[in-house]
Amino acid sequence: MTPNLHLWLIPLLPLVGAAINGIFGKKFSRQTVAGVALSFSGAAFLKVLAVAFSFSSLAIPHTETLATWIRAGSFQADFAFYLDQLSLVMLLVVTGVGLLIHVYSVGYMWEEGGFYRFFAYLNLFMFFMLTLVLASNYLLMFIGWEGVGLASYLLIGFWFTKDSAAAAGKKAFIVNRIGDFGFLIALFLLIKHFGSLNFEVVARSVSPLSPETGGAGLLTAIGLLLMVGAAGKSAQIPLYVWLPDAMEGPTPVSALIHAATMVTAGVYMVSRSHVIFERAPTALMVVAIVGTLTALFAATIGVTQTDIKKVLAYSTVSQLGYMFIACGVGAFSAAIFHLMTHAFFKGLLFLAAGSVIHAVGGEQDMRQMGGLRTKIPWTFWTMTVGTFAIAGIPPLAGFFSKDEILWRAYQASRVYWATGLFTALLTSFYMFRLWFLTFFAEYRGTAEAADGHSPPHGHADGHRGIHESPMVMVIPLVVLAVLSFTGGWIGVPGSLGGSNRFDKFLGAVFRSTTPALDPQQQAAGEVTSAEKETEAPEPQSGHATELVFSGISVLAALIGFGLAWLLYWRNPLWPQQIASSLGGLYQAVVHKYYIDELYATLLVKPLIAGSALILWHGIDRDVIDATLDNSAHGANEVSDAVRHMQSGNLRSYAGWVAAGAALVIAYMVWMGTR
Amino acid sequence: MVPISYYLILSGILFACGVTGFLIKRNIISIFMSIELMLNGVNLSFVAFAAQWHALSGQVFVFFVMVVAAAEAAVGLAIIISVYRTRETLNVDQVDLLKL
Repeated sequence: MTPNLHLWLIPLLPLVGAAINGIFGKKFSRQTVAGVALSFSGAAFLKVLAVAFSFSSLAIPHTETLATWIRAGSFQADFAFYLDQLSLVMLLVVTGVGLLIHVYSVGYMWEEGGFYRFFAYLNLFMFFMLTLVLASNYLLMFIGWEGVGLASYLLIGFWFTKDSAAAAGKKAFIVNRIGDFGFLIALFLLIKHFGSLNFEVVARSVSPLSPETGGAGLLTAIGLLLMVGAAGKSAQIPLYVWLPDAMEGPTPVSALIHAATMVTAGVYMVSRSHVIFERAPTALMVVAIVGTLTALFAATIGVTQTDIKKVLAYSTVSQLGYMFIACGVGAFSAAIFHLMTHAFFKGLLFLAAGSVIHAVGGEQDMRQMGGLRTKIPWTFWTMTVGTFAIAGIPPLAGFFSKDEILWRAYQASRVYWATGLFTALLTSFYMFRLWFLTFFAEYRGTAEAADGHSPPHGHADGHRGIHESPMVMVIPLVVLAVLSFTGGWIGVPGSLGGSNRFDKFLGAVFRSTTPALDPQQQAAGEVTSAEKETEAPEPQSGHATELVFSGISVLAALIGFGLAWLLYWRNPLWPQQIASSLGGLYQAVVHKYYIDELYATLLVKPLIAGSALILWHGIDRDVIDATLDNSAHGANEVSDAVRHMQSGNLRSYAGWVAAGAALVIAYMVWMGTR
Repeated sequence: MVPISYYLILSGILFACGVTGFLIKRNIISIFMSIELMLNGVNLSFVAFAAQWHALSGQVFVFFVMVVAAAEAAVGLAIIISVYRTRETLNVDQVDLLKL
């Protein structure tokens, strides 16, 4: 008998916090609000830790059913939580990074209006995210999926009086809705063909099926539709456009929702559905191609951005692309590994960027920064760790996870690998560009801000000149820096003398349901052959090759560093010259390849015009409104005519009665004589 | 025995007189009397049928009608007095305030 873990406590605790702060927070002092938010998210983290420590003694996977939710015919969906290695990793990331960002937010948001509202939303987000990762079926997962979208919308539009923030919130919500549509259709297909949405039941029904090689079938359709959902949530081409705009939200939100946790929900969902994807090579290929394109595409845009948060946003899109490459080549555990390390270093980078913005009084343009190295040393050093981690410099976390993905990508296709490698170079370049621009050379901002009289801006506390953030913000930075430094060590590959414990840990999830494919099929596709690689212990002969590839990716990172050093430290005038010599190409990249404009012209404007002309004017106004208006008008006219009968004259009433009676009698006589 | 059709014709004549009086008279008291005429026209046909079919229910019904008519007369006359006191007229064409 398995012990009752009370997993339901994990999502419920932040919900209680959200409810308390949301309902009573207005009357609370800031200390109370922060105390409530921190204690409930902290309690959730402690509960997850307790589960983690008892994990080895549990029968995994562990399912905890609370109640039946929907029962309709043979279909049943439960309020049930599912714990296995994958959800444990996600739980730890969400609650751990979430708690750190809660702590940071206390400092960052202290002087902002709507303090209680912010923490209520943040806790609400935690509730939905934990529901998403703990759900035992797709339907409950979908609740969390929609819920995090809602929380994301609320938090992007946190400064709702600002038009751009409100618009960004709407954009995020609507673009996500497109993805959700695909996700929903996939769910309908699952119900129709497998009669269940439960992960285990679906896996059991799908497992005996053979891969749909050389064509498309049901599983391919489901996989592709799930990928549409994942692309919406995880900001992949073509639905990535909302994420850069989402930077309108407060920076801790960007860190928590739009870097560390929510945007990785798509990766989690694809990994959770690996049984389906493994049997749909076409869908997997699409996943890998979308991932590759997104990684490269976003990285090139990131190179030209000047807003510190926008650089990080495009970097997030690009890194999510990496995770999808990993999923696409069947290396799900590598995807989750990168998801975890990315949560650490991107969370760190966003928080550090927030700290920089805080320090210079709300300025986000890197061209107005510079020379902050000595002024905000804690931020500088933690951000340095984050930058080196994302660039893939060993032995920091990003190196191991990215290297793992590149190696697995190489085994699948050299194109993925080459593109990934080039993206790694770009990543290293734009991150070090950010690093040099922000922290080195001379301060380029307005002298006023430096002297401590900055003009009014988004943040209320720019009156003290450039200053280090309070300890409550620095401590999460340091913790995340340590994690970004060491987080990769749990997945050291065999080639570097490790044993890739992370891969082995997650392997239980990704291999237990993998069917014993017959050898021909294994040899048939590159995807399945990569799959075979996971099954067998890595051969010793591969280590040398793998080591060479590690070397190449480190070299790419160093080249990126060198380029950034050359352009933004050695010869600060060169970037301008290069930009002007590239002309139109540069302009295109600066304007994000005009994708937003393209969508506006191709989709949004025709849609709005069509809605206005056909749906609003044509159907709503001319049909629905007109029907109602005309019937009301008709009733009015008829009553207007009839009301003259009520003259008040008794004898005319009597006349009407007599006439009516005469009519009735005449009718009856006529009926009788018939 | 007088055939029932005679009674019915008399009853119809009485009822028609009542209706006509109701419609053409302007004095409230005349209208009131016309109503009594209509009621009694109907009463006559009741008792005629009762005698014809040897059924008592027709007779009983007439008593009910009389009771109702008596009650109605009491209430109606009270209303007429009240109307006369406030409006100083018994002409129904001038008592027409209850309208849209």
